Amino acid sequence: MGWAIALHGGAGDIPVDLPTDKRAPREATLRRCLDLGVAALKAGRSPLDVVELVARELENCPYFNAGRGSVLTTNGTVEMEASIMDGTSKGCGCVSGLTTVVNPISLARVVMEKTPHIYLAFDGAEAFAREQGLETRDQSYFITEQNIERLKQAKEANRVQIDYTQPQPIKEQAIPRSEGDSQIGTVGCVAVDRNGNLASATSTGGLVNKMVGRIGDTPVIGAGTYANTICAVSATGKGESIIRNTIARDVAALMEYKGLSLKDAANQVIANAPKGTVGLVAVTDKGDVAMPFNTTGMFRACAVEDGHSEIAIW
Amino acid sequence: MAKWAIAIHGGAGVDPNLPEQRQEEAKRLLSRCLQIGVDALKARQSAVDVVELVVRELESDPMFNSGRGSALTAKGTVEMEASIMDGRQRRCGAVSGLTTVKNPVSLARLVMDRSPHSYLAFAGAEEFAREQGVETVDNSYFITEENIGMLKLAKEANTILFDYRIPLTGADTCSASVGSLVPDTSLQMNGLPISIYSPETVGCVVVDSTGNCAAATSTGGLMNKKSGRIGDSPLIGSGTYACDLCAISCTGEGEAIIRSTLARDVAAVMEYKGLNLQEAVDFVVKERLDEGQAGLIAVSRNGEVACKFNSNGMFRGCATEDGYMEVGIWE
Repeated sequence: MGWAIALHGGAGDIPVDLPTDKRAPREATLRRCLDLGVAALKAGRSPLDVVELVARELENCPYFNAGRGSVLTTNGTVEMEASIMDGTSKGCGCVSGLTTVVNPISLARVVMEKTPHIYLAFDGAEAFAREQGLETRDQSYFITEQNIERLKQAKEANRVQIDYTQPQPIKEQAIPRSEGDSQIGTVGCVAVDRNGNLASATSTGGLVNKMVGRIGDTPVIGAGTYANTICAVSATGKGESIIRNTIARDVAALMEYKGLSLKDAANQVIANAPKGTVGLVAVTDKGDVAMPFNTTGMFRACAVEDGHSEIAIW
Repeated sequence: MAKWAIAIHGGAGVDPNLPEQRQEEAKRLLSRCLQIGVDALKARQSAVDVVELVVRELESDPMFNSGRGSALTAKGTVEMEASIMDGRQRRCGAVSGLTTVKNPVSLARLVMDRSPHSYLAFAGAEEFAREQGVETVDNSYFITEENIGMLKLAKEANTILFDYRIPLTGADTCSASVGSLVPDTSLQMNGLPISIYSPETVGCVVVDSTGNCAAATSTGGLMNKKSGRIGDSPLIGSGTYACDLCAISCTGEGEAIIRSTLARDVAAVMEYKGLNLQEAVDFVVKERLDEGQAGLIAVSRNGEVACKFNSNGMFRGCATEDGYMEVGIWE
């Protein structure tokens, strides 16, 4: 029974012909984050520390939809959210509506450890961040050219404003495929140490062109994030789908209540969600890893103590 | 034709010294709201319509902690949240940080029915409310004299009980002064002595005559909470859940409910372990809450109803098509 770690940079409609200039920096970041996480686990850091530091690294990378590089609301602003959960104590911390906090996952952790609350949002969360002395930057720090472009395209296609339960219109073909990754949501990390302690962290900018004030699955414990003494899960994809399917909790529930293995539980949960909407990474107290998805692709990486490691997109 | 059933709650964790008169008032309100739900069910209204209209009724009355009569934030304002879930297809809607919307549960319903999202909060939610033309009032409408008084007491208590997770032992220097204010530390909820704790939340669960289940929960949240604090009530899977098997609404210590994803777990043990409603409810309250105090109400698609709590009392009422109808506070 050794340590294990898995992380993701979002599941979605990632085109297989993703150009190298878009693919390479993301793969490099996944590799860097994996190395950081593995080094920390080898050094005996707690899983909570490990998932936080990996999530911070992913937040700082402008190519993923979290922290810097977050997708934009319909107003062209950034509203970030995150959650973290400690499998051993089942303590959790969640934040939403952040506009200036450089590392949302760290604020989530501070909420968990320094307040009697679990979840702080919007102005209250921002005020708390300042009280606690977390690093903040002006909105412009988080906003990238790519995301300004994504928002523009989404508005033109009216992709979020229409009733999203309706089938996608044929004109979707007209959208430049190289930027077909507008559905990408979230980064996340799960880890288990040699003693079987588990933790999970998830962070995101949300959905492109989302309504101001929209909260997705990422800060909802049981939906985007979950950890107990059996497994840790971080989900990504269409928030509304992840919430109603309580994705993260269900992986653990199937293992606990139906005795399924991680692989079977994770696959079942993914199969039961509408195609093209979800992906997840998960580890167990025994060091098993699963990274299933029902979208075209999911940026992901994992490593286990016995030496196996993997970085993949499709 | 399936049998309908309905359960409602006005919060878990009740002051054992609650004056008799208050208890009677609470039971009258519970009876009135229960009757409204029963009449709607007899008129064949759908589960999701019934939970909405019953929770609206509970929100409008200042007695319980939701809508008018909501607990106050540390700033003395009201920030309300709610969620609703329709067991058919598990559609859901939730809102947080409302300050002017008269009926939070109705806005949650509109999020579910009229927006591409599941959860809207704070300024964005308020803006959506205006776009949708729902009734809004000044924040002062929700604030009651009683809660202004409670907030003051809560602040006084909190200067001593600053972190309720730190166990109060005889050796702690602060325990001497704590002792005078909190003679019995077992009667605390969410860090506040039960006499000033505001049982959080109202809720309703229903199975209608077609066997569809729905749940709704609404609250002003924790007395003296930090502005921006979100509890379990708007979180699908924690405070509220409904699927084709059952519907659940929870109340009590938000942290405990969230950590244990209480509402989802009731349905999960029914689905994955094959337990019936009562067994599932018993299991979850007994095994999932650890040291947390909470309660829940639940119905199944078979017309069963169950209520359970490990707190000191829970304001509740249940009724089934068989003619059973009861309201209660204590065990």
